[in-house]
Amino acid sequence: MPKVVLKLIDDISTDTIYPGRFMATVLPEETPQFAFADNKEFNTKLKNNEIPKGSTIVAGNNFGCGSSREQAVSCLKGYDFIIIAKGFARIFLQNAINLGLRVIISPDIEADEGDEIELLREEVINKTKSKRFKIISLPKARQNIIDAGGLVPYTRKRLREIKNNLLKKAQVTED
Amino acid sequence: MGMTVVQKILARATNQKTVEVGDVLEPKVDVAMSHENAALVINQFLEIYKDTNLEPKVFNPENIVIIFDHRVPAESSKTATNQKRIREFVLKQGIKKFHDIRSDEGGICHQILPEFGYVRPGYVVVGTDSHTTTHGALGAFSFGIGATEMASVWVLGAVLNVEVPPTIKVIVNGKLSKYVLPKDIILYLIGKISAQGANYKVIEFHGDTIKNMSVSGRLTLCNMSVEAGATSGIVPSDEETIRYLREEAKVKERIDIMTPDLDAHYDSVIEIDASKISPQIACPHEVDNTRPVNEVEGTKIDQIVIGSCTNGRLGDIEVAAKILKGKKIAKGVRMLVFPASWRIYREALKKGYIETLVNSGAIIMNSGCGCCLGVHEGALGDGEVALSTTNRNFKGRMGNPNAGVYLCSPAVAAASAITGLITDPRKGGR
Repeated sequence: MPKVVLKLIDDISTDTIYPGRFMATVLPEETPQFAFADNKEFNTKLKNNEIPKGSTIVAGNNFGCGSSREQAVSCLKGYDFIIIAKGFARIFLQNAINLGLRVIISPDIEADEGDEIELLREEVINKTKSKRFKIISLPKARQNIIDAGGLVPYTRKRLREIKNNLLKKAQVTED
Repeated sequence: MGMTVVQKILARATNQKTVEVGDVLEPKVDVAMSHENAALVINQFLEIYKDTNLEPKVFNPENIVIIFDHRVPAESSKTATNQKRIREFVLKQGIKKFHDIRSDEGGICHQILPEFGYVRPGYVVVGTDSHTTTHGALGAFSFGIGATEMASVWVLGAVLNVEVPPTIKVIVNGKLSKYVLPKDIILYLIGKISAQGANYKVIEFHGDTIKNMSVSGRLTLCNMSVEAGATSGIVPSDEETIRYLREEAKVKERIDIMTPDLDAHYDSVIEIDASKISPQIACPHEVDNTRPVNEVEGTKIDQIVIGSCTNGRLGDIEVAAKILKGKKIAKGVRMLVFPASWRIYREALKKGYIETLVNSGAIIMNSGCGCCLGVHEGALGDGEVALSTTNRNFKGRMGNPNAGVYLCSPAVAAASAITGLITDPRKGGR
């Protein structure tokens, strides 16, 4: 059962999640070291593997506002975090879906650090507080990307379809 | 029911007569812009082609623009190596709209795109930069995306699964007082509706004040629309759009004007009386933490920054130069000026603004973004305070989480440079 390891307020910007001064680093295997770099205590725990993979971060509204930097998603994905927020900023949400970071929109979520969380399809259960909170489904426009496991495999699938269609057309012409 | 400008643009980009809010579309992209983060886009682009037995080839090199501006010239070997990889990719893929670190073609992406006439009314523009909202100033639907999304655009030529966004109509009427600038309008609006007030929505600007505003000012408005969470800001194209594209961007081809229908449906309507707005300041550490300048007057400043994609255009530099003419920047204060492009730098040089600013003690920097986001030059010390015409003041933004950034217009920044304290330009520096 995932525990809440970090509780955040509204309007957490991508500068908080992944400070701009580390933007020259782009590779997903290198970005996790700078996750929440300006929160020294939390960042140190992350780097020392004191936080179990797959833990939960709970945030307020507009999580991930600001920059389009994908490092803000890949650094969290590196720890397999589940992000439960009252709401997400647009670009961050799309980047998260594109890279397969698990994001949950739950507008009324109440949870504190240390609380145990269970995720159902339509509800978040805070076991510690014995409370249930509704989940808002992710934008329907993104469902096929989620189903494909991210935007890279989805685009690859689309690319193959286009090339196959072209190939078929070419064969028809030859016949 | 009529359509908003963005609905019309999306209808055209998908070959449909009409589209409705919430429709899921795959609009073809007219301009796909990246900067140094093209390095990550290239990685993802190659990843998409992996195991396909196909040769990696961009959909249309004509639609891709790559501009070096975030860390120029390179601040580290890592950046230099990424820039080198991008140059090689650009050459291999035949991407011609590439702007290297050169004074005859370089500058900040959100100035280069309009300046070189790459953006036109009715276009769909995407960029791997959140401030891509800027180009709505020319009547385009222009929004920020992530690097992986851009890789997908490079492959398919369209942006996948776009939901037609609802639109907020913002009507600005009235004459701005002296030393009140477009920056003050947008700061005022963000303060009014909050950093999430336009989340997942478009802000469409209307009214006399906008009608009479140059493209330069409109770029400032649309640039910061994202700070209210907007997917895009947009000014419906008009005579001024055409004037800019013809006279300044030297566009020769036909330009299509696109305006909203009179019976278009808006999510909400906000009216602003521009004559009542005073110079605005966004206080640390949120852009929506705005106040009229008189409430923070006297705050001591260590660094002044004038320029960037928000306020680095000729008119902005002119305002600053006129205020600082014959005056000195206060002792203990450093002032950095980032023209939005090298073309603007040369124009400012010709008009004598650069000489004025240099005589007053300002440092003229290379056109670029590095200082604003804290990756390259102009970092703040512990406990220091910056007053900046840039667009973000998040904690850590100028390279130091133990410092604070106040945002303002070029007029406030220049007047404050003279006193070393946040100063109302209407009262003037001592």
